[in-house]
Amino acid sequence: MTVKAASHLRGKDLVGIDQLSPEEIQLLLDTAEQMQEIAKRPIKKVPALRGKTVVNLFMEPSTRTRFSFEVAEKRLSADSLNFSSSGTSVEKGETLLDTARNLEAMQPDFIVIRHRYAGAPHQLARALKSSVVNAGDGAHEHPTQALLDALTIRQKRGTLAGQVVAIAGDLAYSRVVRSNVILLSRMGATVRVAGPPSLVPPGIEALGCEVHYRLEDAIAGADVVMMLRIQLERQGKMNFPTVREYYDFFGLTPERVKLAKKDALVMHPGPMNRGVEIDSRVADGPQSVILEQVTNGVAVRMAVLYLLAGGHGEPVAD
Amino acid sequence: MKRVQVLDARGIARALERMAAEILEKVGDESLLYLVGVQTRGVPLARRLARLIAAKTGCEPTVGALDITLYRDDVGPWRAAHQQPLLRDTALPVKVDGRTVCLVDDVLYTGRTVRAALDTLMDYGRPQAIRLAVLVDRGHRELPIAADFVGRAVPTAASEDVQVRLKESDGEEGVWLAREEARG
Repeated sequence: MTVKAASHLRGKDLVGIDQLSPEEIQLLLDTAEQMQEIAKRPIKKVPALRGKTVVNLFMEPSTRTRFSFEVAEKRLSADSLNFSSSGTSVEKGETLLDTARNLEAMQPDFIVIRHRYAGAPHQLARALKSSVVNAGDGAHEHPTQALLDALTIRQKRGTLAGQVVAIAGDLAYSRVVRSNVILLSRMGATVRVAGPPSLVPPGIEALGCEVHYRLEDAIAGADVVMMLRIQLERQGKMNFPTVREYYDFFGLTPERVKLAKKDALVMHPGPMNRGVEIDSRVADGPQSVILEQVTNGVAVRMAVLYLLAGGHGEPVAD
Repeated sequence: MKRVQVLDARGIARALERMAAEILEKVGDESLLYLVGVQTRGVPLARRLARLIAAKTGCEPTVGALDITLYRDDVGPWRAAHQQPLLRDTALPVKVDGRTVCLVDDVLYTGRTVRAALDTLMDYGRPQAIRLAVLVDRGHRELPIAADFVGRAVPTAASEDVQVRLKESDGEEGVWLAREEARG
């Protein structure tokens, strides 16, 4: 399966992978690949988004994603405004829409939003004229993470089509898994997900993946093994008896990595819980591409901002 | 669409041959020469000029490729179509500092591409000098920019289209002037 890249993105926003056609995904990945060169220059900055204003509206803690967007914005010469919910009017009870409308009154071109509730970016996308980029909404989607994972796989393995990708861990609370399953299956990869039954949401196979309840079954013969963080802070109650028991059954150990293909990639969106979902020997081992994922994140976010700056089509949010 | 041929394969070869000689004469120290093609058709032209210069001096000058897309003045809201131009490779195998860079492009028209190329190049270092070589100069400049080496100056109307086709990128070789037929 070879997908020809689209000439442009149809929407004014990027709220989820679900809105993207395979051709649009290809365009985003091709553009991101070209953006990587900028990081190697003596002057790591291009004037493409000069005079554009980006509001980074992070209503939930984030280090990697927030920094990554900020670096991407600066490399494209856009002006960034950073907003976090503490110390602002959110603490005084302002609604999300009111906050966003007030920010929009200052004429930003982009609003990058991270929010703990699914659908928050979609609500903004419908209400605002600015381009809205989803930087993670609840347990729903995290499109730029899936794009950077796909870029990493494509560069290491040559293609996405035909790859067998195992994703394991906290499937119930993970937005990374949703965006990844949609993207990878749309691009012709086979996706297997695995986790303890208490963390496998019913109906997840409808996204286009195989479901396994033993980590070994999902990893066997895989090209890529992607571990998800156990999000202890999101769980009202523990969904497994102890962290130690989780590691025994679902931790990625050097022995379990051997079940995958010999040169399989080990990935993790971060932040890692070492000794819970992944063993340090694996996280720091030769097959790990975890830090390359972070590097690729900047290029992917540059591609998203650059391509959205060109178009002002209709909102695609449902 | 009516097409009139301006240069055939032999015409292009002769023009490049003359440009190569002029570049050598003007540059002086050919060890400093760095031919940088502007994506996309400037790149094969830069390679051809490098081979012609090598045939004269016995030493092939450095060749690079430059993508100017992110430096254009028409990205974002200035574009009519909702379409950002595609990015291409920039490949500068060695540093441009202290070198005599000769930018190579197929057609010189408004001069806006050259302005963007100058800005792009400056972000990679500080060349000793920058020159400009183009296969076709079709006039209608919108910026105070002139070429140092011109293959063929072709007077055109703004409504006409100059089509450069190279065997490396297009499978055919030649330069044509195309215009819409008058309706009637």
